[in-house]
Amino acid sequence: MWAFIHKLGSPKWFYGISARLQPWFWVAALILIVVGSIWGLAFAPADYQQGNSFRIIYVHVPAAFLAQSIFVSMAVSAVIFMVWKIKIADMAAAVMAPLGAAMTFVALFSGAVWGVPTWGTWWMWDARLTSMLILLFLYLGVIALRGAFTSRDSASRAASVLAMVGVINIPIIKYSVDWWYTLHQPATFTITSRPTMPMEMWLPLLIMVLGFYSFFIALTLMRTRSEILRREANKRWVRELAGEAN
Amino acid sequence: MTGTDGTLTGKAMTLTSGEPHGGLTVAFWATLKRDLVLLLRRRSEVMNPLVFFAIVITLFPIGISPDPQLLAAIAPGLLWVAALLAALLSLDSLFRADYDDGSLEQLLLTPQPLALLALAKVAVHWLLTGLPLALMAPLLGIMLALPAGSYAVLAVSLALGSASLSLIGAIGAALTVGLSRGGVLLSLLVLPLYIPVLIFGAGAVQAAILGDGVMAHLAILGALLALALILAPLAIAASLRISING
Repeated sequence: MWAFIHKLGSPKWFYGISARLQPWFWVAALILIVVGSIWGLAFAPADYQQGNSFRIIYVHVPAAFLAQSIFVSMAVSAVIFMVWKIKIADMAAAVMAPLGAAMTFVALFSGAVWGVPTWGTWWMWDARLTSMLILLFLYLGVIALRGAFTSRDSASRAASVLAMVGVINIPIIKYSVDWWYTLHQPATFTITSRPTMPMEMWLPLLIMVLGFYSFFIALTLMRTRSEILRREANKRWVRELAGEAN
Repeated sequence: MTGTDGTLTGKAMTLTSGEPHGGLTVAFWATLKRDLVLLLRRRSEVMNPLVFFAIVITLFPIGISPDPQLLAAIAPGLLWVAALLAALLSLDSLFRADYDDGSLEQLLLTPQPLALLALAKVAVHWLLTGLPLALMAPLLGIMLALPAGSYAVLAVSLALGSASLSLIGAIGAALTVGLSRGGVLLSLLVLPLYIPVLIFGAGAVQAAILGDGVMAHLAILGALLALALILAPLAIAASLRISING
């Protein structure tokens, strides 16, 4: 078990295994997102209240899911990096942050677009919009802190500490903002309880969520690979790799 | 170990021989006293956040409206936000002087846990920033036509809340102390984490105005403080180590 984890932590080994895993996740992401979009946008029945505008859910909810999961994955990577000094974990955390910020922005933007037909306004200070906005600020803080250090090692450790502090605070922020004000409709999508929406609407949403997750994994693998090459550029195996490619 | 009778166990003997007598408490009070004396000799640094608080509060009636009814409605939030910004402004200098003259490195080298010594420094920050702000807030509340009956709650909520603000903010200050221009970055990192405290702090004053029970808000502020008191010193210590070694 430990040998496996340490092997996984070796950049060279990870570079090899991720090359084999990556295509599968790309294929899965492509198929799931294409199927989910076509099903959700063209074939799923229109909502009896919101009409066709509800179809934004097929982008909004997966993006919002990812926005939160990526922060947690980033914090988990940060813990792994801080405790076991596994460099790969930090490289993954570094490439996840911009992706998470982008997903948070997509969730906010699609929410704003959805707000026009349903609420009649682009922005509403309701609990979930507000906590998403705060999440975006947390992401931007982590990215900015990492960029502010000249020494890469300090940058990695500082960003890790901030990611851990942030992930402890996310539930507190979320509950305090919920308490502060809530106007948003109750959560539309849960895996654990029975769906409240009809099956024909829920299934494409599930497919889209899975597709977004596959996309996230594939992209993280790809960007971690380029991060490995960038950070290990002086290592012998990378130089050999570059020599072979030329 | 001359002078100790033979009944002492080996463990107690190593404890007394390894550390100066009462090491932990002495170190805590010594750090507290040193910082208090240092700050009290630079009075302008203590006064600046208070003056900033007063000026910012003056800006709002000028920028919005001098109408007492309007001001009374937004006074709790204004006072809290202005006090929060004033406390934030003074955070940048929390570790700066010690970092510049090298005494922070000496703190790192002491046998006592750094988290405890950092807690002493944060306590001084609260005593000379948070507490005076809390005492000054009712005065500015009068100028904003804050309804009667909420003055005591305003002071108490600020005193409780600003302690959490000092603790959380010190994490950001510790992370950015090694950076030459950490000021703006510090606010970017810390402000999202301040939101729960702001919600319950301003909520307490609002509840006092409306005649609702304020104890729930104050209890949650106390709970946040308890949590910050346990976790923040560890994060501050880890961040200081990163900033010094980076």
